[in-house]
Amino acid sequence: MSELKELTVEGLWKNNPALVQLLGLCPLLAVTATVINGLGLGLATMLVLIGSNVTVSLVRNIVRNEIRIPVFVMVIAAFVTIVQLLMNAFTYELYLTLGIFIPLIVTNCAIIGRAEAYASKNAVLPAAVDGLMMGAGFTAVLMVLGGMREALGSGTLLAGADRLFGSIATNWTITLFDTEQPFLLAILPPGAFLGMGLLIAVKNVIDARLAARQQPETKTVTRIRVTAES
Amino acid sequence: MKLTLSSSPHLRTKRDTGQVMRLVLYAMLPGVACQLYFFGWGVMVQAIIALITAIATEAAILALRNKSVIRNLSDYSAVLTACLLAVSIPPTLPWWMTVIGTFFAIAIVKQLYGGLGYNLFNPAMIAYVVLLVSFPAAMTQWLPPVSLQATELNFADTLSLIFTGFSVDGMDITQVKTTIDGITSATPLDYVKTGLTQSQTYSELLNSGLFNSSVADSAAAGWSWVGLAYALGGLLLLRLKVISWHIPGSMVLSVIICALLMHLINPDIYASPLFHLLNGSVLFGAFFIATDPVSASTTQKGRLVFGAMIGFWIVIIRTFGGYPDAVAFAVIIMNMAVPLIDYYTRPRTYGYSRGKQ
Repeated sequence: MSELKELTVEGLWKNNPALVQLLGLCPLLAVTATVINGLGLGLATMLVLIGSNVTVSLVRNIVRNEIRIPVFVMVIAAFVTIVQLLMNAFTYELYLTLGIFIPLIVTNCAIIGRAEAYASKNAVLPAAVDGLMMGAGFTAVLMVLGGMREALGSGTLLAGADRLFGSIATNWTITLFDTEQPFLLAILPPGAFLGMGLLIAVKNVIDARLAARQQPETKTVTRIRVTAES
Repeated sequence: MKLTLSSSPHLRTKRDTGQVMRLVLYAMLPGVACQLYFFGWGVMVQAIIALITAIATEAAILALRNKSVIRNLSDYSAVLTACLLAVSIPPTLPWWMTVIGTFFAIAIVKQLYGGLGYNLFNPAMIAYVVLLVSFPAAMTQWLPPVSLQATELNFADTLSLIFTGFSVDGMDITQVKTTIDGITSATPLDYVKTGLTQSQTYSELLNSGLFNSSVADSAAAGWSWVGLAYALGGLLLLRLKVISWHIPGSMVLSVIICALLMHLINPDIYASPLFHLLNGSVLFGAFFIATDPVSASTTQKGRLVFGAMIGFWIVIIRTFGGYPDAVAFAVIIMNMAVPLIDYYTRPRTYGYSRGKQ
């Protein structure tokens, strides 16, 4: 059990694919203009991660080492196609909004990275949990970044929630402030880079604080000065 | 007699950072006065908003970083950044945009990089670009010179326009911008750029609209006088040896040469060197922005390259880019190139010949 717990901590925080491994930055920066876009792409990535991790783990003893990378890529591509068709069927508007970035999940390094580094060496259950948690960590970052950019840029949160959750979500949009002149920088690509940098900085600060708290206070040893003062 | 033992350098300049910054601020006065005369009270209100934001932001972040607030504030660098930004933005910009810009300059561009001396980019210019990219409509609402304004803006009007978006009589910025002739005015750079895209020739444009009235009253003259007043202040800084001649000299020369070459190729679509020099913020940028000691090149030869490349980019971006003016973009591009320039222009160490270690 403790191994699964460790996988959870690794995926969500310590080894977060977006904040620590810095993998999959292209979709991360491109689609996070709103929370819902981020959540949509995050969920899609998570589904692909779980599917590919499970499959790779199942075939890990059959596939020869020399051809493992092409096999992994084909497995991932198959799951991306499944997710793409599902989104085309059930969340058509979101599918249109995310556009090219859904098929591009194939090239997300976080997925092949987990397949190669973890799933190809472990049993099915840990591999599935690893996929779930890595995907959840990625989704969380996408949502926070999307939230920051959406709140600063257009003054709303959860705009277009109906694209993902259907018609019950039509009035989920929270309007923080109304403006005729939105803060375009937050919505444009530079805003994504700035927001990402700030998120990484915040994570590092929290880590440093935690490390400082865990470290026991060192005793100050007073010594007699033996060298002459210059 | 007290003998102090210390390592070189033994000759030190007697000025500290605060004095240098204050001298630059004083040197801005002719230009600011000129802006007040031609374009009304706005620049002063913007300066006050920017100053308050800059000092508050700087103090807050210094306190967060456990640095001495008073000591770091008294180097006047935040004050200078605020003033440089305030004179660069349109005088009737809504107050919260000025606040966002100044906060960005101090908090993100300066303090997050480590404070004064560590910032890669010129804080005022990044703030300007952030505002220009974020609020393109508001950032291009320049007033015509006072003498051409159909409605006279007094101090209360300006204040009300900045804080509420409407003047005391309830006119918004587009109405206020209308000149006596009933034409909404643009800056000369904007005017010529738009005219050229509508396939008018450069010489036609110079004889129409903005430039039509007598020289001293025309909008173009207002802009040029402001530029020349900043140049006067800049020459004062040169005289006091606060800045060296390398950056402004090479930058102005480069603007003239690049513009002249293009003007000679096709005088109908490329503006003359004089037009490039006297409009927009080339002169202001050459003396006050590009010479920022932190983000500019530090070697003599490097400064020549730095200034010349800024001049080159100004002409290129103005002519082919999407925005009418380009000083901020040019300065930021070259700020990025500074480490490279400095690396390749290291001066020869005394006693060593070039190429040998």
